[in-house]
Formats: sequence, C-alpha cells, structure tokens
Amino acid sequence: MSSMSPTLEVVRTDSEIEAAAAVARVRRGRMVLAWQLGILLFILGGWELAARFNFIDPFFFAQPSAIVLRLVTWIRDGTSLGPLWYQVWVTIEEAILGFFWGAVAGVLVGIALGRNKFAADVFSVYIKVANAIPRIVLAPIFIMAFGLGMTSKVAVSFVMVFFVVFANAFQGVREADKAMIANAQILGASPWAVTRNVVVPSALSWIFASLHVSFGFAIVGAVVGELLGSRYGIGQLIAIAQGSFDAAGMFAGMIVLIIVALIADYVMSTLESKIVRWRPQPAADM
Amino acid sequence: MAPPVIELIRVNRRFLTPDGKSLTALRDFTMTVEAGQFVAIVGPTGCGKSTTLNMVTGLAPASGGEVRVMGKPVTGIDRRIGFVFQTDALFPWKSVLNNVMAGPLFRGVAKATARASAMDWITRVGLAGFENHYPHQLSGGMRKRVALAQTFINKPEILLMDEPFSALDVQTRILMQGELLKLWSEDKASVVFVTHDLDEAIALADKVYVLTSGPGTVKSSYDIDLPRPRVTEEIRYEPEFIALSHKIWNDLREEVQKSHGVKRES
Repeated sequence: MSSMSPTLEVVRTDSEIEAAAAVARVRRGRMVLAWQLGILLFILGGWELAARFNFIDPFFFAQPSAIVLRLVTWIRDGTSLGPLWYQVWVTIEEAILGFFWGAVAGVLVGIALGRNKFAADVFSVYIKVANAIPRIVLAPIFIMAFGLGMTSKVAVSFVMVFFVVFANAFQGVREADKAMIANAQILGASPWAVTRNVVVPSALSWIFASLHVSFGFAIVGAVVGELLGSRYGIGQLIAIAQGSFDAAGMFAGMIVLIIVALIADYVMSTLESKIVRWRPQPAADM
Repeated sequence: MAPPVIELIRVNRRFLTPDGKSLTALRDFTMTVEAGQFVAIVGPTGCGKSTTLNMVTGLAPASGGEVRVMGKPVTGIDRRIGFVFQTDALFPWKSVLNNVMAGPLFRGVAKATARASAMDWITRVGLAGFENHYPHQLSGGMRKRVALAQTFINKPEILLMDEPFSALDVQTRILMQGELLKLWSEDKASVVFVTHDLDEAIALADKVYVLTSGPGTVKSSYDIDLPRPRVTEEIRYEPEFIALSHKIWNDLREEVQKSHGVKRES
C-alpha cells in the first residue's frame, strides 16, 4: 500500500496546472534571457580585455569601449559628414525607396507571369540570365550611370529586392490550390476576381516571407552603393573610417546598421501578423 | 416534355499526362439526369467518376460525344451549376461569412443583400454564431457545412458533388448526408453525386450508376425506389436497402477487383 502514500495522491485542478505552467514559462523566459546576456557580456568583455592586454591589436580590431565612445561622439557632436541622424536617414530612405519599388515591381511581374503560362515560358530564359548576375556588380554601373546621388543607391536596392520578391510571388501564384480556383470559378468569379480573391491571398505568405528577407537586401544594396561612392549615408561613414584607418568608426557604423536592420525586421513582423490574420496560430506545447 | 437537365451522350474524355502520353479516362459514356433527380455515380478508384462532373461544369471539355445541360451543349462554366469539392476548397483567408458571401458577390449581388442571404444560409446549416470564424478554426464537418452553404446560396439548379463527405468520419458523414437531403428537398435541384461508398449512394439517390474500372463507362444503372423523406441514420438497416446494396455490390465488386488487378500488374 506504499504507493497510496499521500504525496502521490495530489489532486490538481486545472487552475493549479495553469498557474504552475505560467510560473514555469516565466522562469524559462528569464533563464533564456540570462544566458543571452551572459554570452554577450562574455564576448564584449573578452574583446575589451584582449584589446587592453594587447592579445589583439586595437588598431585593427578596435575595442568595445572605443566603439561606444565613438557612437556617443557621433550622437552628441555629429560625424565628419554632419549629424548622425542625417546619415541614418539617407541610408534608410535609399533602402525604403529601393525596397518599395523593387517589391511592387516584383509582386506585379511575379503575379502577371504566374498567371500567364505562355509569357512565363517565353521570359523564363531572360529571368534566369538576369538572376545569374551577381547584383552587387551592378552597383558600379549604376553609380556611373546615375551619379553619386541617391538614385544610384535606390537602383542597387531595387535590383536586390526585385528578384527575390519576383521569384517568391511567381512561385506563390503557381502553388495556388487548383480546387480553390475551380471553386471560385464555379461560384461565378471572373479571372480578375480569381486573381484578387484566391491567387493573391494564397501567394501572400510567400510574398511576405520574401519581403522579410529582402528588406535586409535593400539595406545591403544601399550600403554597398554608398561604399562605392556617395556623399552621405552610413556606408559612406564606414568608407571614410576605412580611408583613415579608423577601426572604431567602422565598427560603430556597423552597429548603427545592425540597429536599423533589427528595427526594420520588427516592423515587418508586426505588419505581417496584422495582414495575414487568417493563418492558424500554432497551439502551445505543454 | 422538357429536355433532361443533363445529358452525356456517348462521351469520350482523353487527356495528356505530364509526360505527353494520351490517356482515356472515359469512353462511350451515356447518362441522363432528369429535373429534380438525385443521381449517384459509384465505381472503383480512378475510373473517371470525377471526370464526368468536370465535363458538366465546362472545366474539362469532352474529347468526343456530346454534353448537354438544359438541352444546350456546354460551352463554358454554367451559372446554374453548383459544385461541392472533395477537398477543402474554402478560402482559408476569408471568414465563414465572407466564404458564404463569395458566390453572390462574384455574381454582382449588392453587398448588403449578399450578406443577409449569407447569414440566412449560415443559420440554415446550423453554424449561426460562427460567421466570423476562419476555416482553420472549424472541424471537418463544420467546414463541409460552410461548403454546402457556399454552394446552395447561389441557388444552383444543378448540384454536382465530388465525393464531398469522403474525408469525414463515419458518424459525421451520415449526419451530413441527412443534412444534404434536407437542403435538397427544399429546392429540388438536380444532383449528380460521385462517391466510392455504395451505401452512401443508395441512401441518397433516386438512381445509381455503376461505372466500370478505367477507362470508365456505364456498367449498369439501378433505380432506387426507397420512399422519401429518408432518414440516413436508419435507412441502411431496412431490408429493401440491404437487398439493393447486395444486388449492386455484386456488379461493383467485379470492377473493383479488376481495377486492383490492373494496378498490381502496372
């Protein structure tokens, strides 16, 4: 009868189980955060100490304290190109313009070719060729053609974004469920109504997945364009730092870029969950 | 006398497989459906049952013979036709209400009218209160109810159903059969119901066609004169039902065995 001991006979109500699960969830969340902070501290601390004790040469690899100081100076006194915010804004503006037009063109062309089998067969060879060009190589050409101003960077961002979004929109349209399309047709939908009510919504999750990735590409395009030749922007800041052997400045520019990219990613995720509301939420595991 | 609602006259249907081979799905297929008649088509898997429906909708043209709807040859998608699919063909990004409203909106009905009529149909299929749910939040049986409402709201004179309940569990399936008969008895559309389940065919239909294994053609047809209204939960225990089921199964079994023999060889 030892198995009937009171400790094994605990009867738990649903609310008790839920409360215990909530506590466990909070505890696990804290644990993850603690580890994340610990790893960050370890890396930054190791870097700082290694630089202080000359295990690595701070001239080439900088050190966290110097990078932070540089960021503080930039924020307080501005950069050699003018206020830091202006440089950030220039890069973001280039990326947003390139992203916007690249995404619009990619979605439109992707849907148009996805819905038209013949056109898709005709153009497929050209798309393959264009896709085989490493996009970055186009940057010098664009700078030559459009000058040092904003247009050339927007153009680089545009081509970076266009092909990713196009490929995904095209694939998404092709994957649209045949039965669903037949259903819409029999219910009375015109070809345009089928596109609007069935094809585009079903391609939307593909398109969004690509938008997520391609905003990063848009920033890459803008920065690469700036590195190769421009007057303002984070890329130009990094290029100047490189020209004057200023490692801390290069890392500081990189950190500004990371922050911009993370914020952009957050905004994209929020937008996505607002628009694709119909998708099932995965049930929580116990 | 008015012409039959659906006539398939010595119809052939060939199509090209992805690797460029020509395949015959149906040959010399003849069938008529009278106004208000409930016809069921049974046959072994892959015998071209669904092909018959696609030819009536105009989604798949016949390669030979003639398909006539209401006395006229089929040229495109006919507005008098409703179709319930085997797979889930609901739009997952639309709520139940918007799914049911889709048909009338596609056909140019004013939004307010479409909405009112959709609410009415949602109530009639027993889903009142679920208007704002999305399909993924519903059970398989509830999604089929939405599909029925989505189709019936267009008031089809011809209702084509392609194994609509085959994905449901047995209990739900029998409930949905009863539901379907109730909805059908109110409007009396002409129905062609494709199924591989012989009991389902007998329980629902006025007439059952048995198809041969592929390429499909009509092997035999049986009039089902069981009285209506029928109670789908009970009818399968009636002696007349069992006798019919026996008789038709003898026919069907041969074809099912043949289709399996063919499959084993290939």
